[in-house]
Amino acid sequence: MMHQLVHFGDTFLMWKEGPMIWGSDVLIGLTSVGIVFFLLYFKKVKWLWTEWLTTVDHKKIGIMYILAALLMLFRGGTDALLMRSQLAFPNEHFLTAQHYDQIFTTHGTIMILFMAMPFVIGLMNIAVPLMIGARDVAFPYLNAISFWMFFFGAMLFNLSFVLGGSPDGGWTSYPPYVEQMFDPGPGENYYIMGLQIAGIGTIATGVNFLVTILKMRAPGMTLMKMPMFVWSILITSALILFAFPALTVVLAQLLIDRVAGAHFFTTTGGGMPMMYINEFWIWGHPEVYIVILPAFGVFSEVVSTFASKRLFGYSAMVASMVGITVLSFGVWVHHFFTMGAGAAVNSFFGISTMAIAIPTGVKVFNWLSTMWKGRIRFTLPMMWTSAFIPCFVLGGGVTGVMLAVAPADYQFHNSYFLIAHFHYTLIGGTVFGMLAGLTYWWPKMFGFQLDERRGRWAFWWFVIGFNVCFLPQFLLGMMGMTRRMYTYPTGLGWWIPNLISTVGGFMMGVGFLLLVYQIVWSILHQQKDLTGDPWDARTLEWSLPSPAPEYNFARTPVIHGRDEWWYIKRGKFKQEFVEPDIRPIHMPNSTGRPFLLALCMFLVGFGFVFEWYVFVALGLAGVLALMIRRSFEFDYYHYIPALEIRQTEEALGRL
Amino acid sequence: MQTTRIGKLFIVALVPLLTLTGCGAKIPVLQPKGPVGHEELRLIVFPLILMTCVALIVFALFAWIMIKYRAKPDNADYVPPETDGHSLLETVWTVIPILIVVAIAIPTTIVTFRLQKPPGSAGNGPTAGAAAKSASSQASKQTLVIYVASSEWKWLFSYPQLGIETVNYLDIPAGQPVDFQLTAIGPMNSFWIPALGGMEMDMPGEDLGLWLEADKPGTYIGRSAQYSGSGFAHMSFNVTAKSPVDFQQWVSNIKENSPQLTTAKYEQLLKPSQVGAMSFSGDINPNNYNGSKEMTGMPGISSGMPIPGTVGNSSAAGSSSSTS
Amino acid sequence: MASIAQETSSMHEHDVPLELTTEDGSLRILGFWIFLAAEVILFSCLFATYIVMHGMTSGGPTSKALYDVPGFTLETFFLLTSSFTCGIATYEMRRGNKRGVIAWMLITIAFGLGFLGLEIKEFVTDALAGATMQRSGFLSAFFTLVGTHGLHVTMGIFWMASVVIQIAIRGIDTMTSRKMFIVGLYWHFLDVVWIFIFTVVYLTGKVL
Repeated sequence: MMHQLVHFGDTFLMWKEGPMIWGSDVLIGLTSVGIVFFLLYFKKVKWLWTEWLTTVDHKKIGIMYILAALLMLFRGGTDALLMRSQLAFPNEHFLTAQHYDQIFTTHGTIMILFMAMPFVIGLMNIAVPLMIGARDVAFPYLNAISFWMFFFGAMLFNLSFVLGGSPDGGWTSYPPYVEQMFDPGPGENYYIMGLQIAGIGTIATGVNFLVTILKMRAPGMTLMKMPMFVWSILITSALILFAFPALTVVLAQLLIDRVAGAHFFTTTGGGMPMMYINEFWIWGHPEVYIVILPAFGVFSEVVSTFASKRLFGYSAMVASMVGITVLSFGVWVHHFFTMGAGAAVNSFFGISTMAIAIPTGVKVFNWLSTMWKGRIRFTLPMMWTSAFIPCFVLGGGVTGVMLAVAPADYQFHNSYFLIAHFHYTLIGGTVFGMLAGLTYWWPKMFGFQLDERRGRWAFWWFVIGFNVCFLPQFLLGMMGMTRRMYTYPTGLGWWIPNLISTVGGFMMGVGFLLLVYQIVWSILHQQKDLTGDPWDARTLEWSLPSPAPEYNFARTPVIHGRDEWWYIKRGKFKQEFVEPDIRPIHMPNSTGRPFLLALCMFLVGFGFVFEWYVFVALGLAGVLALMIRRSFEFDYYHYIPALEIRQTEEALGRL
Repeated sequence: MQTTRIGKLFIVALVPLLTLTGCGAKIPVLQPKGPVGHEELRLIVFPLILMTCVALIVFALFAWIMIKYRAKPDNADYVPPETDGHSLLETVWTVIPILIVVAIAIPTTIVTFRLQKPPGSAGNGPTAGAAAKSASSQASKQTLVIYVASSEWKWLFSYPQLGIETVNYLDIPAGQPVDFQLTAIGPMNSFWIPALGGMEMDMPGEDLGLWLEADKPGTYIGRSAQYSGSGFAHMSFNVTAKSPVDFQQWVSNIKENSPQLTTAKYEQLLKPSQVGAMSFSGDINPNNYNGSKEMTGMPGISSGMPIPGTVGNSSAAGSSSSTS
Repeated sequence: MASIAQETSSMHEHDVPLELTTEDGSLRILGFWIFLAAEVILFSCLFATYIVMHGMTSGGPTSKALYDVPGFTLETFFLLTSSFTCGIATYEMRRGNKRGVIAWMLITIAFGLGFLGLEIKEFVTDALAGATMQRSGFLSAFFTLVGTHGLHVTMGIFWMASVVIQIAIRGIDTMTSRKMFIVGLYWHFLDVVWIFIFTVVYLTGKVL
């Protein structure tokens, strides 16, 4: 018995692996105990269940997504600082090669799939229904399922660190290295199942928002009268719909290879590893557009709001986003120019990649033209947007076009030049965009403002740190340093740029801590938003109180043009509603079944990770049962009585 | 606000200057030592200059707009105009980027095709016949063929025309194009000698070509640029370009003094491990091994510590022959 | 039977199918069409893998040797017929004939089960002859593509059964007609995928 426990501890809990694992175990244990204690002591268990775990309200789901994204930003950032600490000096080995390999894998996977994606989807959830005059998304139950699938996919992935070992194939996880032959054990299975479960949730989000935007806009809001953020989400949803199934397929094939001994991507039996790489990047390239287009949408809103001027070139902005989307499906080979596709293929894809710079450039010029002759207020959202423009133009535009030139890429591929490029686009584009969106919509979400002063401290530390961290990496790439090296020798001149980069990384860490400080301070010293429109903004969500009531709009607004709210305020449009008076509103019921369904999928995933098929069977049975239960459910709405709505509106000073 | 923003831009500009001072002159991509690297550098510099001009225009416009149109207490009652668009401007800033892309696309396509094979070659493929192995193969501009096989955490270089094989180090004749035929026995890797030119992947079951050439004698570092497990970071190898005479001498030395490469020894080498530099007479075609069922492949874990004599962790060449 | 879904005021019942008379109904039907677009991409990737790996037989069975013409012809007959009977069931639904809907759906399910039975028999026969997905890349791709379709069919049968039960209990109203329409869409979609499988996998595989 003792022997079996010891064996279990060694293999699955990895107690032999050293202080990092013990430390994490202690931290996780303490945090879990702390959360349970907090809930019980403050008698918040019921509150947690009724208000959050069973909600189908898009506003709350959005808040949960963003909270999860910030937590994952912390985890991914810790991974990054561990790597940068190791690389600060040559020949450092406090992280063994295996540890380092697991850390860069979890860093990349978490940042893209469990930080950027939920951040984007969270903002989608919060803003889109409010901006189009709707009361919720088209399928609130499905929306909740999407969130909990993401949550449990992320949980499963994070569990790997302390139970069985994390994946170590890089976030791209290329075979044949990640096949059983070279990489046995649960680590890679965690990667597959974590992403698979979260990916299904994401596809559901794509369907949800496509239908919401196409069918639930307030009367009078034609497609060309929608806010630009909503356009960006419409297009992103189409991207999700067409890209994610490719990921679903390729992960399933890899899983079948690993657990069933098939030969999709193996070195023997007729397997073709190149097939994986093609399939992965057919998803992977649209994926990066999925995370950047919403950021572009945020920038359009923020720039026009804080320049107090309507967005320049609306039609061109729409056309450019459509152009980017179409092109994004025709560039995937640029991720592997060096895989021997031949000159014709490489030339074609190099040119298609360069072509994406054209619509992107149009957008940048349109933003500048919006600001021109405006009256620019440098609030935090505007500051984050202002930091985006130079960083993205440099890292996305300049170095992106350089990388698109196939022969140049033969030198740059997989080097630190590439790492610097994609961090400039992902952080300088997506993260800055998400922080701009968060600071912009925060008052609408919570009813109070974020403190500007502390936010500025966070901003400067983060932005300056970011440039100090990644600018030297362009140089490192040209000095011959490849990515994913767990250490490097002396004598190559790599030490100083690495050291500077590490300093920058820690500055970013300080920036993140200051961001958290800003949030905590703002919660404690609440500067309430009493008008619902603290920015003197332009779109419909700002016509509502902050935070918006459960039903969003007491009466459905009628839309006359773009920037409806702005022109209502200035007397050019008359504020009209569909209903002549307040009617009872039809709302979906809260339900715990999305949570349970995702929990069952967690069980399925866990089962596949360790190849314990009892769990898989139980989990799938649970999913089936819940789906059948849902199918037989006809009565899942309730009405909010008109009296209650009237009272709420009066209390908020709206009547 | 504006002064601190300018201050930020200044710091950002300072960083590359600082980094450049600390590192001497070791930027192989910018200081190529062979014709392939030179072609690639031209295609790095030309788009860089073009795109930097665009970027500078954007940055300048952006800074000016931010400063000129910022909100101040004294323009509190300024009402910005309602501008929807401007057809001419929008056309200009769409067409000019198209022209820039075309300007970059043309040389890109030309050079991509040109880099497929060494200039003037008619596909000097591996000919294992005796004629190729004779001393006359050192005639100028005939391509030297080397089979490159990556195996877990080592490089195997086979010279079929010369009948020798090296492990973890490469000697090539200067001034002569070398045709590397890349494959992998095990996970993928990527063969990269930055001072001489760009990389190409080696993959199991595939045989990809990459040609490189060193202008003059010298020593360069090569490494793997595709992650392949815990020993991947140690897969660097020294590349020495020798004058044709020195190179021939080295080849003869190997053939006379180095042990024969047997199949048994080869298969032992294929097992996951890190070994130092080795030389053998006789060579084995790795294409007989890629993807074969003979590969048993239990993953090995590298110790993480540099193994004494492993090439790449110090700049000294670790070859067992001494000509240079 | 009270339907609690909201009515849109400006529609005339005799012009518009029942399932589209509520806002919820038209939202869900559009949503399902969009979901089917995602499924098209999913199956496209599986087809692409199959086509690329068709020749990677690693010395094992080839498609020419493996595929059994009577077998897959009969499977095709069963599935296509079931799609036809599903169409009749939808027609009965338009006519408001609850009994007809149930009867024709049960026939559809029966043909679906027949298809599944034949497919399982085909897979078992293959496996017993040594053609398993572990044998070669080609076989991995084949079983995954056809097997994924089979799994979809299985789920469709469960789904149709549940809709039939709901119609039996509640009759044809806005919600059940919507569910019936959507499951019909799903079933027809699987039929279309099968036509591609029949052509690209079985027919082509016997020739090339």
